[in-house]
Amino acid sequence: MIKKFIYLEWKAFIRSASFGKNLAMKIIMGFLMIYFSLIFIAMGIGAFYILKEMHLEPLVTVNRFLIYYFLFDLVIRLLLQSIPVLNIKPLLVLPFKKPVIVHFSLGKTVLSFFNWVHALFFVPFSVVLVIEGYDITAIIFWNLAMLSFIYINNFLNIILSNIDKLFVVFVGLILVLGGAQYYKLFDVTTFTTPFFQGLYTIKGLFLIPILVLAGLYIFSFKFLKKNLYLDAGLSVKEDVAVTENLSWLNQFGTLGTFLKNDIKLIKRNKRSKTTIFMSVLFLFYGFLFFGNTHQPPVMHIFAGIFVSGGFLFVFGQFVPSWDSSYYQLMMTQNIPYRGYITSKWWLIVIATFFSTIIASFYLFFGWEIYLTIVVGAIYNIGVNSHLVLLGGAFTKTPIDLSNAGGAFGDKKAFNVSAMLLTLPKILLPLALYAIGLYLNNKNLGLALVAGAGVLGFIFKDKVFSLIEKRYKIEKYSTINAYKQKS
Amino acid sequence: MIQVNQLSKKYNGTTVLNIHNLEIPKGQSFGLVGNNGAGKTTFFSLLLDLIQPSTGNITSNDIQVNTSENWKSFTGSFLDESFLIGYLTPEEYFYFIGDLRHQNKADIDALLARHEEFFNGEILNNKKYLRDLSKGNQKKVGIIATLIGNPEVVILDEPFANLDPTTVSRLKKIIKELAENPKVTVLVSSHDLQHTVEVCDRIVALNKGEIVKDIQTSEETLQELESFFAV
Repeated sequence: MIKKFIYLEWKAFIRSASFGKNLAMKIIMGFLMIYFSLIFIAMGIGAFYILKEMHLEPLVTVNRFLIYYFLFDLVIRLLLQSIPVLNIKPLLVLPFKKPVIVHFSLGKTVLSFFNWVHALFFVPFSVVLVIEGYDITAIIFWNLAMLSFIYINNFLNIILSNIDKLFVVFVGLILVLGGAQYYKLFDVTTFTTPFFQGLYTIKGLFLIPILVLAGLYIFSFKFLKKNLYLDAGLSVKEDVAVTENLSWLNQFGTLGTFLKNDIKLIKRNKRSKTTIFMSVLFLFYGFLFFGNTHQPPVMHIFAGIFVSGGFLFVFGQFVPSWDSSYYQLMMTQNIPYRGYITSKWWLIVIATFFSTIIASFYLFFGWEIYLTIVVGAIYNIGVNSHLVLLGGAFTKTPIDLSNAGGAFGDKKAFNVSAMLLTLPKILLPLALYAIGLYLNNKNLGLALVAGAGVLGFIFKDKVFSLIEKRYKIEKYSTINAYKQKS
Repeated sequence: MIQVNQLSKKYNGTTVLNIHNLEIPKGQSFGLVGNNGAGKTTFFSLLLDLIQPSTGNITSNDIQVNTSENWKSFTGSFLDESFLIGYLTPEEYFYFIGDLRHQNKADIDALLARHEEFFNGEILNNKKYLRDLSKGNQKKVGIIATLIGNPEVVILDEPFANLDPTTVSRLKKIIKELAENPKVTVLVSSHDLQHTVEVCDRIVALNKGEIVKDIQTSEETLQELESFFAV
């Protein structure tokens, strides 16, 4: 029976929409995956020596931060790891025993990317520990415990995934704990470090997480089995709808009509709500670069563009795919293409503007850093907003709005292609900025980038006509592509 | 009103639709019948410029649909659920379409009030998004939305499918009322011969993309069609 399941899974995998993309894309994706795996592995190996260099006991230090590591992991899972329940429906009436179905769908999550990616860090780290003379059996036990924690998170996610907004609670928890520790009010690690360290030093302690894991598996099994009915776990949750008029937008005419619709689109769909969360994450991207002497200064503009461009990259990138499920309607209504594109453009501009204002906390790093961000925002509004809209005419991947996990990770919509499309949007400003730096004048570099942005803004009407024409040419193939979804 | 010239649609060398000449005068209620794959939806998609013809063209009110977009302002259509915006409530959807067709809120409210019976209390003020409505109720929303802005051409693909018997008879009433208006041309496709015969002045039967029957509705039409489609 399991063989039949595996057969179905294999078919689902190779026939998923994103898998069918062209060969070049697959090769690039393969390279990227190898690249990131290598980074993780390098981190696993390097962690030991770097910590040693900093005169810290590597294992203790890692154990110290494990509490945050696992909490963070849980948040990421709650946000991105989707639970495959809907595929179960057609199996219910076929001669499969219910426990088999449940075991299989639980087993399937075990193989998820979200689980094995951790092994890329823990395994090399442990190997280094053993080489450096740590007790091999204790390390194996410690690893078993880590493995259990990762899978505890995996099953927690399954049980908790039905509770909306839970990740906010965990994010809050991390912030509170981290903040309290930073300001030396309360240090949670003084309680957790001995436990995690104990998993290595005390023989047999590792049995605790394993037992918890076993208990959790049994609980999830019972939980899912009990919910294996169309009106229970398999039902699609219906939200209570509230009609909103947003009539203050009426003053903007057709533009207002579209803006109203876009606001509802973002507010009422999981997938689009995730993009808002992602754009907030982008705001903090700058911390990786500013004040970090390891990064070449040319990368500052890179960060400057990303800080304000989060919404642009994660939402704008997929215009018009957001409207894919009702694209045929849009094409038969009395809609001026220009009005449609303009409303999306305004949405991007407004979001970029607000991100820039919120990003003013970067003033902490000095006004020069904030200036870089403002210049990045000007470039985003002037040039990148046009580029994403133009690119939209060619991205013909239909978006399933209700699916939150689609944005990343989930293999059915593994969207490296989206990230690749962002590259050209940052290469040009990077080059312009580099020219300025090469001439030993940082401000010249910033002026060049800002100038390009202003230039793009001046030629907005011209560019829009071009985009409009492109959309019209691509109309039929876009309609056709969006129909492929089901 | 609608003129079809040498129209054909081919996919990979297979002809799925081939209509040499077809004229639908203004004010006619036109029924399109045929088996699955006969080309009904293909014809409507061509009429709405959703797919490109391989040869020939369609003009609607002297506007060639695949070169100009001016037909959109007087055409209302509903082909399937992909014409609905799932995350809107029915009211919001009606107002959205109303905005696009330059109707104000009062116009829409009047239209909705007129069709309250058709909605059967399951659509308005129900605290549900369109995506959470049943197939039949979604269809009701889509059909009424085509009437917004008093279009001169109304295109409905399989409007009777998925509807309960009471709603079907109410829908027939609506289509008949539309058909009585000499300014409105109604195009309806269906598998159901009886429903189509009841509401249409003229019936065209398609088979494998070709017109095989073109009859003005009379007492004998139903029988004629039934014997044609019988095996």
